[in-house]
Amino acid sequence: MANSSTAKNSPASANAEGAPLTTMAVLAPAVGWFIPGAGHLIQKRWIRGLLLMCSIGAMFLLGILMQGHIYNPNGGDILDILGFVGDLGGGALYILAQVLNWGQGAISHATADYGTKYLIVAGLLNFISAADAYHIAIGKKP
Amino acid sequence: MTLTPTHFTAALLFSVFASVVFGITQRSTSREQVRYGLYCFAMFVGGVFAAGWFMWILRR
Repeated sequence: MANSSTAKNSPASANAEGAPLTTMAVLAPAVGWFIPGAGHLIQKRWIRGLLLMCSIGAMFLLGILMQGHIYNPNGGDILDILGFVGDLGGGALYILAQVLNWGQGAISHATADYGTKYLIVAGLLNFISAADAYHIAIGKKP
Repeated sequence: MTLTPTHFTAALLFSVFASVVFGITQRSTSREQVRYGLYCFAMFVGGVFAAGWFMWILRR
């Protein structure tokens, strides 16, 4: 109890908890999720943003080219739902893949399973990237 | 167009992209980001070789 009250009074936690909810703090993670790396770009972190965009975008594209599977929202099975959550992290890339019907074909070679993992991990990495954009927006990270 | 990389190439590409994102998001200064990215890449590739040798031992 004493520890928790001490922690609340410390300057570091006050800064983290009392961060003002600015427009950028809402916009940066949202834009960063929708377009990988864009959350950093709108905050003028050009190199970081471009590197994230290239890395996540290339990973998603390679996953598609390897005939990876794109999960649908109504998978039913718990693993399918988790796969969908991972894929959804890709933002606009996931929506584009659904619209163009990518990743729905029959798997014809062994490395296609790698493609599925590439797609999921690209989405998960984009979630981390969006969280990082939020931390920059609230001033927790330079 | 279909891409069929070898298992090693796929693991190597995965390591590169994941390391870049980890490096940028988990550290603050540019120098630390580069160092952490290289550290993650080394761990990924080291893990690939370790797992490869482990499976080779299992097979024997």
